[in-house]
Amino acid sequence: MFRKKGEGYLTAKESRRISKENRKITEEFEKKRKRKNVPESEYITQMRDPNNEVEFDDLHSYFYTDAGVVKSVDGVTFDVPIGKTVGIVGESGCGKSVTSLSLMQLLQRPQGQIVSGEIRLNRGGKVYNIANTPQEIMQDLRGNAVSMIFQEPMTSLNPVFKIGDQVDEVIALHEGKGKSKEEIRRQTIEALELVGIANSEGVANMYPHELSGGMRQRVVIAMALACHPRVIIADEPTTALDVTIQAQILDLLRDLKSKINASIMLITHDLGVIAEMADYVVVMYAGRIVEKGTAEDIFYHPAHPYTLGLMASKPVVGREVSELYSIPGKVPNPVNMPNYCYFRDRCEMKMSCCDGDYPCEIRLSDTHVVSCYRYYEEHKEEAERTANANLLQTARMAAAGEEVKGDA
Amino acid sequence: MPESENILEVSDLKKYFPIKGGYFNRVIGQVKAVDGVTFNLKRGTTMGLVGESGCGKTTTGRTILRLAGEKTGGSVLFDGQEVYDVSPKDMRALRTRMQIIFQDPFSSLSPRLPVGEIIGEAVREHGIVPASEYEDYIDRIMDECGLQPFHKARYPHEFSGGQRQRICIARALALDPEFVVCDEPVSALDVSIQAQIINLLNKLQDERKLSYLFISHDLSVVEHISDSVGVMYLGNLVEYGGKKDIFRHPLHPYTKALFSAIPIPDPGAKMNRVVLEGSIPSPANPPSGCKFHTRCPYATERCRNEVPAQREIEKGHFVSCHEVK
Repeated sequence: MFRKKGEGYLTAKESRRISKENRKITEEFEKKRKRKNVPESEYITQMRDPNNEVEFDDLHSYFYTDAGVVKSVDGVTFDVPIGKTVGIVGESGCGKSVTSLSLMQLLQRPQGQIVSGEIRLNRGGKVYNIANTPQEIMQDLRGNAVSMIFQEPMTSLNPVFKIGDQVDEVIALHEGKGKSKEEIRRQTIEALELVGIANSEGVANMYPHELSGGMRQRVVIAMALACHPRVIIADEPTTALDVTIQAQILDLLRDLKSKINASIMLITHDLGVIAEMADYVVVMYAGRIVEKGTAEDIFYHPAHPYTLGLMASKPVVGREVSELYSIPGKVPNPVNMPNYCYFRDRCEMKMSCCDGDYPCEIRLSDTHVVSCYRYYEEHKEEAERTANANLLQTARMAAAGEEVKGDA
Repeated sequence: MPESENILEVSDLKKYFPIKGGYFNRVIGQVKAVDGVTFNLKRGTTMGLVGESGCGKTTTGRTILRLAGEKTGGSVLFDGQEVYDVSPKDMRALRTRMQIIFQDPFSSLSPRLPVGEIIGEAVREHGIVPASEYEDYIDRIMDECGLQPFHKARYPHEFSGGQRQRICIARALALDPEFVVCDEPVSALDVSIQAQIINLLNKLQDERKLSYLFISHDLSVVEHISDSVGVMYLGNLVEYGGKKDIFRHPLHPYTKALFSAIPIPDPGAKMNRVVLEGSIPSPANPPSGCKFHTRCPYATERCRNEVPAQREIEKGHFVSCHEVK
């Protein structure tokens, strides 16, 4: 609507207008966030199921850019059960990293904002709604409750500090009260030993450039685990590594998970890694979940055309095909999403009803959920029930939107 | 001249890089990036070269094309002719017959040149087609590589990763080469784009009878595209043979470990993994004897002292290991 016909071109005037509007919206969010002494009632809530560690409930995270609003995460709902690994797959730009950054409240502010929805984090006694948690509380949760392993071990370590000092800092900040330097260092050495670094005291005195890629990734994992978090987010932990090192790191993650009984959110685009590690799989496309279920559901009975395409386009050792399948077309423009199914234009199984609204979630089994009209007929009754619930939700959201405007 | 069966014969190729340091920048050591690599490439086929990062795959590719300065030893016969003996003038002509597709489609395209010029520069320079047919020729090449000819006036930053890789492929193919080194052409791309590029490379090979040296660390891609496979470790080709031989009956312990590390997209698959301890040793100071003995589960006294020779175990299946009988 802001653009010239078919072109991605914006005049300076339009761009200025958009950024002015954006500033208005983001300032509103920032003002809300900067309030002092927020009462607990605003961010303490209840889990839907106490066996879950994290629950994402209709999460919307938007970026207010000068070219328009990018809906990076647009209504994502899934659970991370205690002690399980949830794999999130999708192509670059599908919102998998933004989902995990929302859980850490690490979105690039002020452009990036959690607009609506809840992320419930279970901390034993208390349940936090991350979307509304104020900054001071969040600082306590990060590292202690949720912790992240970043994609590139080369860039996520500081090149001018020794490994030991960098791990010390994490421990001192989170559980260092009343501890001496020696005690903290002892804990650092333990953390490094836990991730299988043999010469841990020597490594603690080295700089990052003296270590190989696999060793650096181990250090990053040690930092993430230093304070025994309940949830570990691993954002493409092995993408930059060789297969042999990847195998070592995956073994290590599996081992550690069973040792400290944590939950892992594993983000990757490699289906092989997902199959090996994950108990539950979430497939994302253009900011939405197109299919979710247990690993068996997704790999043995994939339902959504995108999941099928993704699996067919990856060559597998031992499976011979004359030509690889490739999904035609490309991802729709994130600023200007269509109002029908986002995958329709690339889908080879599309039907006439696909021109309608974005398909609702359809339950194929207790665990397996897919958003596609191909399964609408068989599960019609149930689908309509969810559709009604969704409508209610939308209505409620619209009402909440009015409220914000009214305040302004 | 009768055409020989092999387009490329590489024997005992070596490339060392000097390490400079100390007073007056003396040479104080050598990185043995490629240390005795021998293989043949048949006309119209693809050879995959796999190995961990830092094992010398890329240097092998560049040394074959005479892009990495002088070689240290061995020979590279391209169509029966030693590449390093050709005069600079003839080398220019030879360059049109062997091309390279670089790893990173983001840094290997000049941001200041429009796409038509990137693809056409070498065509004009080498006089591949008469000036009157030049524009049509570029259009045809772009069309073949799945690019729209009206994109000619655009600049690389306006394209996505997959399209840029197509530009790189079009640039290499515009000179009508016989042999192309593909240096990790799909590593930087998403799975669905990766499939498009692999299909394109296969299609072009069928149409033009191209020979590829396909360098990659992704074993599943190599299995899909290759006819023969070479496995490199620390500058040596440890195993080399037909695709089926290598993937069905790997013999070298390193190849076995490498293949068992591939994650299989099947949650029920039984893991029977040979986990390699430690990481790849420094090529500046490689271990004595068999270079793999520091990580090999079957290493014996002999492996520590004696360098294993390349032996033909089955027809066309070569292994460098003392323990393989």
